[in-house]
Amino acid sequence: MVQAINRALRTAMAADPEVLLLGEDIGVNGGVFRATEGLLKEFGSERVIDTPLSETGIIGTAIGMALYGLKPVAEIQFLDFIYPGFDQIVSELAKFRYRSGGQYPCHVVIRSPYGGGIKGGLYHSQSTEVYFTHTAGLKVVVPSTPADAQGLLLSAIFDPDPVMFLEPKRIYRAVTGEVPEGDHRVPIGKARNVREGHDVSVFAYGAMIPPATDACQSLEAEGISAELIDLRTLSPLDTSAVLGSVEKTGRAVVVHEAARFCGYGAEIAAVLAEKAFYSLKAPVARVTGFDTPFPYALENLYLPNAARIREAIVATVKAA
Amino acid sequence: MPLLVSGPVATSTLATEIAPEDLPSIYRAMVVARALDERCLTMQRQGRIGFYVPVMGQEAAQVACAWALEAKDWIFPAYRELGLALVRGVTPEELLDQFFGNAADRLKGRQMPNHYGYRDRNFVSPSSPIGTQITQAVGAAMAARRRNDPIVTIPFFGDGATSSNDFHAGLNFAGVFRTPTIFFCQNNGWAISLPRSRQTAAKTLAEKGAAYGVPGVVVDGNDVHQVFRTVRGARARAIAGDGPTLIEAQVYRLGPHSTSDDPRRYRTDAELAEWKQRDPIGRLKHELVDAGQWSEERDSQLLEEVRADIAGAVQRSESVGAADPLSFLDDVYATRSPALEEQRQQLEGWIQTGLVKL
Repeated sequence: MVQAINRALRTAMAADPEVLLLGEDIGVNGGVFRATEGLLKEFGSERVIDTPLSETGIIGTAIGMALYGLKPVAEIQFLDFIYPGFDQIVSELAKFRYRSGGQYPCHVVIRSPYGGGIKGGLYHSQSTEVYFTHTAGLKVVVPSTPADAQGLLLSAIFDPDPVMFLEPKRIYRAVTGEVPEGDHRVPIGKARNVREGHDVSVFAYGAMIPPATDACQSLEAEGISAELIDLRTLSPLDTSAVLGSVEKTGRAVVVHEAARFCGYGAEIAAVLAEKAFYSLKAPVARVTGFDTPFPYALENLYLPNAARIREAIVATVKAA
Repeated sequence: MPLLVSGPVATSTLATEIAPEDLPSIYRAMVVARALDERCLTMQRQGRIGFYVPVMGQEAAQVACAWALEAKDWIFPAYRELGLALVRGVTPEELLDQFFGNAADRLKGRQMPNHYGYRDRNFVSPSSPIGTQITQAVGAAMAARRRNDPIVTIPFFGDGATSSNDFHAGLNFAGVFRTPTIFFCQNNGWAISLPRSRQTAAKTLAEKGAAYGVPGVVVDGNDVHQVFRTVRGARARAIAGDGPTLIEAQVYRLGPHSTSDDPRRYRTDAELAEWKQRDPIGRLKHELVDAGQWSEERDSQLLEEVRADIAGAVQRSESVGAADPLSFLDDVYATRSPALEEQRQQLEGWIQTGLVKL
C-alpha cells in the first residue's frame, strides 16, 4: 500500500506542477514509512519540502499555499502528533471556504499514518478519525487496499475541499494487491462492497478490513452469508450504501479499532436507527477498541481481531 | 463623494518616503476610520450591531503600513484592521454590510463583525483564534515565490499573538525558508487585560526575531513616516530575496478590546490620558497644519463630510434585508453533501411552517 501512495504522489506531481509536498523527514529520508521515497530526487526541494518540526507550521503554511492556489499535500508523521496543528485544521482549514462566503477555498490534503498493530504504544497507534469527521468542512478518507490508496489519494489531491487522508499504517506493507496504471481515481464519498451477502452487513474501514474479511469468509462454512462494506470515506458518509445493505440483510455489525464511546460506529448505529429501524431484525453490534488510551504490550487485546468480529456476527445473526 | 479612500499609485521604483501630496489622503483615511469606529460603538450600544472591535489609536500604523504596500501584496489581517481595509479600497458601506450580516455581506452573515475578508483586495478572511494567520502568510509567501510573483505577504497581529504557537512556527519557517514576509506586530500595550510586560520578559517584541534569524525593528506606530519608511524597507528586502522582517509598531489601544470589554478594570485613567495626548490623528493634523497643507476649517469640513457619508452608508446598509436564511448551509464544501442537502430541506420546511425564525 505504501508503494501505491508513493505512486499516487508521483503521478499527481508529474501531472500538475502546483502539487507539492511538505512535512518532516519526507525529503532526503523519503518519509519514516518511505511514502515519499525518491520524490525529492525526481521533483526537487522546492516541491518536496523538509520542514522544521512543527505541525502547526506544516499545516499553517500548507493552508497559505492553498489559499494562493497551489495544491499542497502535507504529511504529518503520525496522527498522534497532529494536535499542535489541530487549531489550524479545525479553525482554519475546515472553515476557510465557509467563513469567507466562498471566496477562499482551501484544498489541502493532510496525509497521516494512523492506527495500531505496529507495537507503537500510546503515541504511535491512536485511531482518532472522529475528531475530524465531527468537523464540518473536512473530508475524511481511509483506504484499505493499494488500489484504493492510489485512487483515493489522487482524488483527494484534485478535490476542491480539504481532505484528511488517514493511512492505516499496520497494512502499509501487510496488504498487497494490483494497482491500475496512471491517473486512475477512486471517487471520494463512495463505499466499496468487498463481498456480497444476505444475512448480515459488516461495516469496516482501514486496517479492520483484513480481519473482517477473514471473519466473513470463515462463516460461509457455517451457512452465514455476511456482506462486507468498506466505508473508505468516513466524511461524507455514503449513507445510501449503508442503508441499502441493511435494508437487504436486516442486520448490522460495525467494526473499528478506535475507542467505542462516540466512535464512528455510533454514527452508523444512529443512522440505522433513524432510517432503517423497520428493516432491522437484531440490535446493531459494535466491535471496537476499548475506552482507554492505547496499550503498548497488550495491543493485541485492544485491537478487534477476526475472532471477535466473527463472534459479533454470529451473535447478531442468532439474535433474530 | 464616495467614501473610497484612494490608495497610493504603484510605481516601479518605490519611494522610501511618503509623497507629501499623499499626506492629506492618509490623514483622511485615518479620520474615516475614527469616525466609523465612533459610529459603530454607538450602534453597538443601541443594539443595532451585535459586537464591535474598535481600532482607535492604531490608525497611523495601519494606514501608513498599507500605504507602503502594493495592492498585489497579500494582507493576512486579524480582526482589528479597519485602517488597512480602508486603504485597500473597502468602503464603509461594505464594512457595514458585514457588521449587520445582511444580504449584501460578502460573508453571507456568517462571521462576527470585524472578521471581514475581500479576495479581490488581497485581504484574506480572518478568524478569531490568535496568531493562526502568521503561518498561513508564510505559506502564501512560499507559494508566491514558487510562482515567481514579486509580492510580499504580511500578517498583522498584536502583542498577545507573539506568545502564540503560530508566531513561533511562522517566524521559524520564514527564517528557514527566507520567505518574502513582513511580520507586522501592532503592540498596543494590552492583550485584553494583560499588559505587554506579562506577555514576555523580552525587552521588545521585535527582538524575538533574532532567535529565528529574522531582523526585528521597533517603530513608533503613531509616526506615519517611520512606519511607511520601515515597511518600504522591509518590502524591498523581501522582494530582493533577502528574507523576512519583524516590525513592532508601538501604538496604544485607546478604546476597549471589544464592546464586550471594560478597560477601566485593568488600566488607569492616567495612562489613557497620557496616550490620548499622543493620538496619531491629532499628531498628523498638526504636522499638516504646520506644513501649510491643512487648516482647522478644512478639518471641520472633512469631519462633517465623513460623518454625513457614514450616516448615508449606515442608512443604506441598514435597509438591506437579512441574509438568505438557507445560505448558511452553503460553502461548507464545494458542493453540498447528501447529509447537508437533507438538512437544508428540513430547515426549509421548518421555516415555512414557522417552527424556526430568524
